[in-house]
Amino acid sequence: MIVRIMGEGQYKLSSSVLDELNIIDNRIVDCIAAENEKDFTKELVRLIEAVKEKGEPLDPDQIIESDIIVPPEDLTLEEAREVFSGTGLIED
Amino acid sequence: MRLLNRMGTVIKIKMNKIMDRAEDPLETLDYSYQKQLELLQNVKRGVAQVTTSKKRLELQRGKLVQNIDKLNSQAKDAITANREDLARLALERKNGMLIQVQGLEVQIADLEKEQAKLVAAEKRLTAKVESFRTKKETIKAQYTAAEAQVKITESLSGISEEMADVGMAIHRSEEKTQDMKARSAALDELIEQGTLEDFTGGEDDIERELAKISATSSIESELESLKKEAGK
Repeated sequence: MIVRIMGEGQYKLSSSVLDELNIIDNRIVDCIAAENEKDFTKELVRLIEAVKEKGEPLDPDQIIESDIIVPPEDLTLEEAREVFSGTGLIED
Repeated sequence: MRLLNRMGTVIKIKMNKIMDRAEDPLETLDYSYQKQLELLQNVKRGVAQVTTSKKRLELQRGKLVQNIDKLNSQAKDAITANREDLARLALERKNGMLIQVQGLEVQIADLEKEQAKLVAAEKRLTAKVESFRTKKETIKAQYTAAEAQVKITESLSGISEEMADVGMAIHRSEEKTQDMKARSAALDELIEQGTLEDFTGGEDDIERELAKISATSSIESELESLKKEAGK
C-alpha cells in the first residue's frame, strides 16, 4: 500500500503494518478527545516515524494515488479538530 | 483509521477541486499540466520567502548579540564609576535580550526545517511534473478515447494528490513566515528602544513571575561578581 506523509512525500508499505498504524491512529483520536496536545503530538510523530521506518520512499517520478494520508507532524490539536469537522487545514 | 480516514477525505475534496475536468479529457491533461507548472513556481517563491525570513531573523540575532556585548561593558563601566543603579539597568536589559536571542534561535531552527521541507517538495514535484508531461504525450499519441480515459483518470488523481499536498505545504509555510514577520517587526522596534522586558509572550502569569524572580537573582549575582572584579 502507498502512504503519503503530508509535506514529506509517499512511502511504499506492506499492508501488515496497517494494524500498527490503526492502533496509533486510535490513540491520536483519544488524545484529541481529551484535548491532550502533548501526547497528541507525540503519537503523531510516532505514527510518522512508523511509516518511515517500515516503508520505502516511493520513487518521486511515480504518479500514484495514496491509500492512506498521514497529516504533517506539525499539525496542531486545533487543526486536527478542523480535519474532523471538515474545515480548515487546506484553504480553498 | 479515524484521523487517517478523515485526512484522506479532506485531501480528496481538495483533489476534486484541483482536477476541474474539461469536456475534452485530453484538454484536462493540458490544463492540469499548466496548473502544475504554476504550482512549481509557487513552491520556488515559497522557498525564497522562507530564506528571506530566516536571514532577517539571523540579522536580528546578530544585532542583539552586539547589544548584549555593549551592555556587558556598560555594566562594568558603571560599577567602576560607582553607579550600581546603572549597572543593574544594563544587566536587566541584557537579560531581556538573552531571552530574545534564545527565542530567535528556536525560530531560526524552525525555518531551517521548513526550508529543507519545501526544497524537497520542489524536487519531488519537479520529478512528477516531468513524468506527467511524458505520460500526457504518450496518452495523446497512443490510446483510443476509451483507453485514454482510464489512463487520464489514473494520472490525474495521482498528480492532483501531490498538488494538494504541495499546495498545503506552501500555505502552511506562508502562515508561519507571516507570523514570524509580525513578531520580528515588533522585535525590531524593541531593539531600537532598548526596552526588552516582558516580551516573552505565550507564557502564563505564574511562569512570567517565576522567570522574573530567576532573572532578578541572576542579575544580583552578576552585579556581585562585577563588583568583586572591580575590587569594590
